Amino acid sequence: MLGRSLREVSAALKQGQITPTELCQKCLSLIKKTKFLNAYITVSEEVALKQAEESEKRYKNGQSLGDLDGIPIAVKDNFSTSGIETTCASNMLKGYIPPYNATVVQKLLDQGALLMGKTNLDEFAMGSGSTDGVFGPVKNPWSYSKQYREKRKQNPHSENEDSDWLITGGSSGGSAAAVSAFTCYAALGSDTGGSTRNPAAHCGLVGFKPSYGLVSRHGLIPLVNSMDVPGILTRCVNDAAIVLGALAGPDPRDSTTVHEPISKPFMLPSLADVSKLCIGIPKEYLVPELSSEVQSLWSKAADLFESEGAKVIEVSLPHTSYSIVCYHVLCTSEVASNMARFDGLQYGHRCDIDVSTEAMYAATRREGFNDVVRGRILSGNFFLLKENYENYFVKAQKVRRLIANDFVNAFNSGVDVLLTPTTLSEAVPYLEFIKEDNRTRSAQDDIFTQAVNMAGLPAVSIPVALSNQGLPIGLQFIGRAFCDQQLLTVAKWFEKQVQFPVIQLQELMDDCSAVLENEKLASVSLKQ
Amino acid sequence: MAAPMLRWGCRGRRWAFARVDGGSCHRRGAPTGSTSNQIRGESSVAQQPLHTAQKTRKGEHKWAAVVGLEIHAQISSNSKLFSGSQVRFSAPPNSLVSFFDASLPGTLPVLNRRCVEAAVMTGLALNCHINKKSLFDRKHYFYADLPAGYQITQQRLPIAVNGSLIYGVCAGKKQSQVIPKTVRIKQIQLEQDSGKSLHDNLRSQTLIDLNRAGVGLLEVVLEPDMSCGEEAATAVRELQLILQALGTSQANMAEGQLRVDANISVHHPGEPLGVRTEVKNLNSIRFLAKAIDYEIQRQINELENGGEILNETRSFHHKLGCTMSMRDKEGKQDYRFMPEPNLPPLVLYDATSLPAGADPQQVINIDQIRETLPELPSVTREKLVQQYGMLLEHSFTLLVMDVKNRNPRAINKLIGLVRKATQSRADPVMIKEILEKKLSL
Repeated sequence: MLGRSLREVSAALKQGQITPTELCQKCLSLIKKTKFLNAYITVSEEVALKQAEESEKRYKNGQSLGDLDGIPIAVKDNFSTSGIETTCASNMLKGYIPPYNATVVQKLLDQGALLMGKTNLDEFAMGSGSTDGVFGPVKNPWSYSKQYREKRKQNPHSENEDSDWLITGGSSGGSAAAVSAFTCYAALGSDTGGSTRNPAAHCGLVGFKPSYGLVSRHGLIPLVNSMDVPGILTRCVNDAAIVLGALAGPDPRDSTTVHEPISKPFMLPSLADVSKLCIGIPKEYLVPELSSEVQSLWSKAADLFESEGAKVIEVSLPHTSYSIVCYHVLCTSEVASNMARFDGLQYGHRCDIDVSTEAMYAATRREGFNDVVRGRILSGNFFLLKENYENYFVKAQKVRRLIANDFVNAFNSGVDVLLTPTTLSEAVPYLEFIKEDNRTRSAQDDIFTQAVNMAGLPAVSIPVALSNQGLPIGLQFIGRAFCDQQLLTVAKWFEKQVQFPVIQLQELMDDCSAVLENEKLASVSLKQ
Repeated sequence: MAAPMLRWGCRGRRWAFARVDGGSCHRRGAPTGSTSNQIRGESSVAQQPLHTAQKTRKGEHKWAAVVGLEIHAQISSNSKLFSGSQVRFSAPPNSLVSFFDASLPGTLPVLNRRCVEAAVMTGLALNCHINKKSLFDRKHYFYADLPAGYQITQQRLPIAVNGSLIYGVCAGKKQSQVIPKTVRIKQIQLEQDSGKSLHDNLRSQTLIDLNRAGVGLLEVVLEPDMSCGEEAATAVRELQLILQALGTSQANMAEGQLRVDANISVHHPGEPLGVRTEVKNLNSIRFLAKAIDYEIQRQINELENGGEILNETRSFHHKLGCTMSMRDKEGKQDYRFMPEPNLPPLVLYDATSLPAGADPQQVINIDQIRETLPELPSVTREKLVQQYGMLLEHSFTLLVMDVKNRNPRAINKLIGLVRKATQSRADPVMIKEILEKKLSL
């Protein structure tokens, strides 16, 4: 049951094959079993069971709220949840219990979804590995999959199997691990530079980034206000569409949402054929660092479309090479601004020093933020200084406009959807990942994903195939602004073609106790 | 002539006009002592009138003072500029604070329509050009009463620019001539008010009340076209009347609804402008005039004694009657202005640009607001003069009356005095009508 799609489970609930409470308990049990993945920061067991009870009543009375009624979901811990601790994986917000729900959370609850818990992330969503939060790194469930283990046996490494566990990618790694390990059917992530798509690719999931302005950001603790969107992680495209249908729409509390008409319920047509479609391949995305496996899959995917009758053309996004630097300037500037509110006065961590306000601020912020956050704040403040503003911030805004125009031009030339890699390679082992610092990693890993955030476009990562190591590789589709439905339609067709294998975790369940032993060793190696 | 009536009517009150004559540039009857600045004015409508110090030493150059003002007026609205919490004076501490006001993470600003209308009304009343597109910015600094660590304001492109404010200056023999003076308005911008800090030095702590945090403010920037305390005070008084007539702000200085910061410098006529200081925390018209005059004289004294003026911020200490440097400002603050990413540009329409089928709830039509502007004080005064045969200076006085003071005895007495002063030219019934109409606003 836990391996089914959202749609299937929803049908099962309606038919009474399983009750919301049973479903909830199964998920809770699995969450406990997979605790070593460190996917969840908070498991809201009581809340979820209560919601399940209410859902059950509704089903008994034949008054289900819809496809999401009674469905377990998880929410990244940078979404405000009323009465449930929201930490952003930071010391600054440890113990912070918000008094309100983020709009997207509220919408899910209004549809009857069960909130299983808050998932782990990089601190304040800064990172591409889900390794830099204060609650420790998240482990990729594929580390324990049969597919990966079998390949590993062929190349024996250290005796301790668990020391080579893989990262989930980030920053929404906890949400990805939660869905990938079947503890829930969908999870909310956030996407600022690829934070939903990146872990989706590494965990073999569908990671959807909606158009900026389609889904409300009210209650999403911001990283970069002009680029953040709530993201959706599911095991198949249809499920993502169901969740999007519940979330999309204008919100008076978020002035950056638009009144674009979306047909409700959000149904995805099944594409009969793709002969009318034009797929664009951006040539600048063929970078030397791209792994040969990913490149090969990318090529195969393009061939697939062509062989099925679609037009596949090369396009140029000439300002691609500037996007990393541009993103860095704009992101750190907004971060410096957004983090200014964390001073320990109204909420969150406050240090013990009370000599003066300044001293208190300084100590609170030094204690509350990790190096990554502080580094970005310092950089951002530098770029915002009066003498630097024109040369950095304004220039970056101009470059951003050029990057956005690149996409506009590509779409205007007849392209419906762009096809690119999501990541440079499959997931890497944690010990290898931490050899480089957060900034370096982010710059490397965001390369295919962050230009999309700068242009505010919708994009989705679809799992395509397993690598030689038995690990998932995903490819990315990018659509026109507010053509999310069309984008998902194409993605759904492609998903059907590639038939990505289901992760085999039975061994994991059996080996649980063994892995729990090894988990103690892995958690020692936290940075700083 | 008019003197007895004026003094009676306005004892301790704000004056609508300044006296500029051979006498002193300060309130008649009020003690000024050493803080007074004896400046003789010229009866002219020059933008930057030149003043000469009466007490010139032999062989000394003349001095000219230049005064600009930044005025913050709290917008009269039910809720705050970007959140739905209520706007009320004297509520229990921290009882009018929404999640957004407390800067809880994840909250977003939502623009208050009434505040925008207030800004447009005020801009139109002050002859400004209303920008059909204006932008919001973040101004960053750390202070306990600024929960978000930044204030949302309009630095790049404010809602209204290039206006003017005309105020009346009494001149000539016996104060019978009223000369209009103009001060240019650089801009009007919408911005958030901060919370309040109460410093409890006894317990080494500061108490923060966020009731005021996020209340909408109109910042009105007056160019340095004024030259002394009285001119500045008069201009502010006129602005108060306008804001009160429009209903956009109650502009009560005592309640903190109107705050004025003054930028002051002195120079020798014909030479470049001097270094300016900023004087803050002036919370009454009287102190405003006093502080400016003190500061002008202080700067003159300093320069005449071979010292120099620092570009600094000073606060006025009314008990001592002087300005003092605010030492906690080390060097110049860099506010790291940045566009506010959560608020799209504010777009206003007029009759020609209004999109067809637009939801009236969602758009603001400048022309419509212009048509529904209430009568401005200058127009009321003009009416009094033209229709009721009143003397101009009396019209100023009538409009000066505090609308909160509904003392019928005072009104009758005033009617009597006006009749006497106008030698019964003005019909008492009409005067009473005007007064009651004015007081009912």
